[in-house]
Amino acid sequence: MITLTPKRTFTVPIQAACINVDVFTGKTLQEIKNLSITEGKETITLNDAFDITEDKTIETPNITLTGDFSKVKRIGQGMKTGEIVINGDAGMHTGEKLSGGKIVVNGNSGGWTGSEMKKGLIEIHGNSGDYTASPYRGTSTGMRGGLIIVDGDVGTDVGCYMQGGLIKINGSAGRYLGFHMLDGTIYVGKDCSIRAGACMTGGKIIINGAVELLMPTFTIDSVKPKVKIDATQIAQGPFYVFLGDIAEHGTGKIFALKATNPTLSNYEKYL
Amino acid sequence: MTEVLIKNGFVFDPLNNIDGQKMDIAIKDGKIVKKVSNERNAKVIDASGLTVMAGGVDIHSHIAGSEVNLGRLIRPDDHVKDVVKKTALTRGGTGYSIPSTYVTGYRYSKMGYTTVMNPSMAAMKARHAHEELNDVPMIDKASFTLLGDWWFALENIAKGDLEECARHIAWMIRATRSYAIKVVNPGGLESWGFGRNVHSIDDEVPNFCITPRDIITGMAKVNTMLNMPHTVHLHTNNLGVPGNYKTTIDTMNALESVYTGDKPIGHITHIQFSSFAGDNWAHFKSGAEEIAKYLNAHNHLTVDIGQVTFADTTTMTADGPFEFALYELGGHNKWVNSDVETESSGGIIPFHFKRKNAVNAIQWSIGLELSLLIKDPWKWFMTTDHPNGGPFFHYPRVFAWLYSSKAREATLKNCNKKAQKKSLLPSIDREYTLYELAIITRAGTAKALGLKNKGHLGIGADADVSIYNINPETTDIAKSYKPVRKAFGNAAYTIKDGEIVVKDAEIVATPSGRTMWLDVQTKEPCRIDDKIKSKFKDYWTIEFDNYPVTDHYLKVPEKIAIKASV
Repeated sequence: MITLTPKRTFTVPIQAACINVDVFTGKTLQEIKNLSITEGKETITLNDAFDITEDKTIETPNITLTGDFSKVKRIGQGMKTGEIVINGDAGMHTGEKLSGGKIVVNGNSGGWTGSEMKKGLIEIHGNSGDYTASPYRGTSTGMRGGLIIVDGDVGTDVGCYMQGGLIKINGSAGRYLGFHMLDGTIYVGKDCSIRAGACMTGGKIIINGAVELLMPTFTIDSVKPKVKIDATQIAQGPFYVFLGDIAEHGTGKIFALKATNPTLSNYEKYL
Repeated sequence: MTEVLIKNGFVFDPLNNIDGQKMDIAIKDGKIVKKVSNERNAKVIDASGLTVMAGGVDIHSHIAGSEVNLGRLIRPDDHVKDVVKKTALTRGGTGYSIPSTYVTGYRYSKMGYTTVMNPSMAAMKARHAHEELNDVPMIDKASFTLLGDWWFALENIAKGDLEECARHIAWMIRATRSYAIKVVNPGGLESWGFGRNVHSIDDEVPNFCITPRDIITGMAKVNTMLNMPHTVHLHTNNLGVPGNYKTTIDTMNALESVYTGDKPIGHITHIQFSSFAGDNWAHFKSGAEEIAKYLNAHNHLTVDIGQVTFADTTTMTADGPFEFALYELGGHNKWVNSDVETESSGGIIPFHFKRKNAVNAIQWSIGLELSLLIKDPWKWFMTTDHPNGGPFFHYPRVFAWLYSSKAREATLKNCNKKAQKKSLLPSIDREYTLYELAIITRAGTAKALGLKNKGHLGIGADADVSIYNINPETTDIAKSYKPVRKAFGNAAYTIKDGEIVVKDAEIVATPSGRTMWLDVQTKEPCRIDDKIKSKFKDYWTIEFDNYPVTDHYLKVPEKIAIKASV
C-alpha cells in the first residue's frame, strides 16, 4: 500500500492523473516519487506535493490518500484494476473514465466524478459535485456501466447521457438529473430538483422523495407497488410511473414515490 | 536567400513527365532553378532512396471561415479529444476534426502539403475567413466565394444579362479577395430562406423565375467570360439524397451544353456525396459505376471525391437544407442552421462515420469505387472534403486504399456485412502508382486550379517540395502499405518557398503562407449606382462602403491580375 499525504495546503488545482494503481504497479517508491504532475502552470514531482510512504504488509487498498485532496484532480483517471481509498475530500474528475477497480471517498467528491466511466465501483461517503457521472461538455456518450454510490447529496446535471450502469444517491439530487439519459438506472433516496429526466429517451430514474415540478413532457403510465433498482435491490412503493421525454420520442421512465408526492395525484385522473 | 540542392531523389513530377527518375532539384530565391550557383554554399539535402514530389495542393478543404469556427464552438468534445502542446517553435492548439488554425498549418505541412484551397466563403463573412487564414501558417491558401445564390447574380441571370452578371461577380471576387466562383446547391440555398429546397435542376427558384440549370450554365459562362484560372466549383443539387446520381448526371449534361472544347468547364466537388443510387436509405446503393462511366466518356469536367475515412467528424456546408435533412434522420444532438442574408446559407452537424453502419460503409466504398473506376487521374483529385468525410490528416489512409488492394481488403473486412456484399471493390484490382498519386494530389489539382507555378518541379516553379521516406526501387508499396502510409503522413522534408519547414516530421520553421486572390479586370467596371447602394441599405446588415475586404486584412497577399473578356 502506498500512502500519500499533502505536504501543504494547495491553493491552485493539481492535475494528478498519475495517482492510479495501474501507473504505480511495478514502480519502486523512488520512481513513484518522481512522477510528474502539474500544480497550476508549474510541472512538479509527486514528491514535491506529497509525503509518500510504502507499507508492504498491506495489499489492499493499493493506494491510500489521507488529507484534503479537494484541489487534486483526476485521481484514478482511466484506472483498470486496484483500489484507491481517499480519507478526505477528493477533487474534480475523480475516477473519470474508470474501467475497473474501486475508488472509495471518505469525504466529499468534486465535479465530474466517475465521468464517462465504463466499469468498476465508486463509493462516496459524502456529497458529490455537479456533473457526477456526466461526460465532458458537448460529448454525447456518458457513463456506460459500473456503479456509483453516493451517501450524501449530488449537484446538478448528474448522469447526463448515461448509457448503462447504476447511480445510487442516498441523499437528494440537483437540477437536470439524467439529462439526455439513454439507458441505465438512477436511484435518488431523497428529493429531486426540477427538470429530472429532461430529454431522456430510455433508462429509469427512481425518486424516493419529493419531485420538484415534473416536466410537462412526461405522461403518466401506471402506478406500480415496487420497482427493481438492480438484480438484488428493490424499492418499495407504490410509485407513479411516468413515460418520457415525449419531446424526444423517449421511452424513459421516472418512478416517483406516491407517499411523498401528493402534488402528482392530479395525474391519476388520466390513468 | 540560401540555395538548396536536393540530390539523387526519385522525382515524381507528372506535369513534366518525370516518373521516378533519379535527379537533382536546385532551388534559389524560393524558385526551382536549373542549378545552384555554387554547390558548396548551398544547403544540400541527400535524398537518395527518398521520393521527391512537388508540395501537395489541396483543392477542397474547409480550413477557415465562419462555418469552421461555428463547428469549433459547438464541439468542446472535439477539442478535449485532441490537444496539441506548444513547443519552443510552434503554438499549441486543440481540435480533432476541426483543428485550430495554427495546428491546421502544421499538420498540412507535416504531410508535405504546401497549398490549400478554402472552398466555401460566404461573401459577407470574408473578413472572418481572411483573419483565420492569416493565422494558418506554412501553407499558401485561397478562398472560393459562394456566389451561386447571390441576389445580384440571380437577378442578372433572370434578366439574361450575363455580361452585367460577370461584372458584378468580378467586383465581388475582388471585394472578398477570393480566387474562384463556388456554387452550392444552386437555387436551393435561396429557397432555404423560405424553408424550401429544389429537388432537380429544373425546379423553379422562388421569386426569380429561373432554375438551377440556368444558374449552373450561367455561372459556367460567366467563369469563361472572366477568364478565371479555375473552373466554376460546383456542389450539386440533391447532395446526400439516395438516388441523386441522376441529378448529378443531369448537372454534368447541363455543363456539357456550354462546353467549348478546350479546357474543362466545371469542377464537381465531393462527388462521392452526389453518387448515391437506390430509392431510399434502406435500399441505399452505389451510383459510382454510372458516374465513372460518364466521366470516362466526357472531358468537360474535373471532380474531387470527398472520401469517407470513418472518423468522428463534423459535417459543415453552405447547403443548409441538406444539413436539415441530415438532422431529420435523427440521432444528432446538435445542429447549426443559418441563413446568410442574400447570399448563402449554412449548416453544421457532428457526425460519426462508422464501419458497422451500412450507409457509411457504402459511402466509403463509393468514394474508392469512383477513384478506381475513373480511368484518367487528371480528371479526379483526392480530398476528404475536410472535415465532412474525415479530417485532412487522414489523407495517408486514403492513399493506402488507393495504392494497395490489400489495404482496401483489410478495411472492407471490418465493414458492415450488407455493405461488403454491395461493394464493387473486390472486383477492382487497380492499384495507384506513385506517379498517379502525384497527379491526384498536386499536379492535377494545380492544373485544374490554374496555378502555373505550383504542383510541379520545372524551372521557375515555386520551390514547394515534399520529400517522403519511400524508396520506390526497393519497396513494393502495394504489399507493405503500412510503412508507406506512415511516410506520407510524416514527410522527411517539406520545403516551402525554398525554406525547409519540416524535417523528419518535425516542424523546423513556421513562415506565413501567402493568400492568393484574383484582381479580375473587366473592360468596363461594374456599375455601382445608387440603385445597388440602396439595395445594400435595404437587404444587407452591412453598408456598401464597409463591405469590401481591404488589403490590410491580408497578412501576405498575392494579387493575381487577370484580364476578363467583358
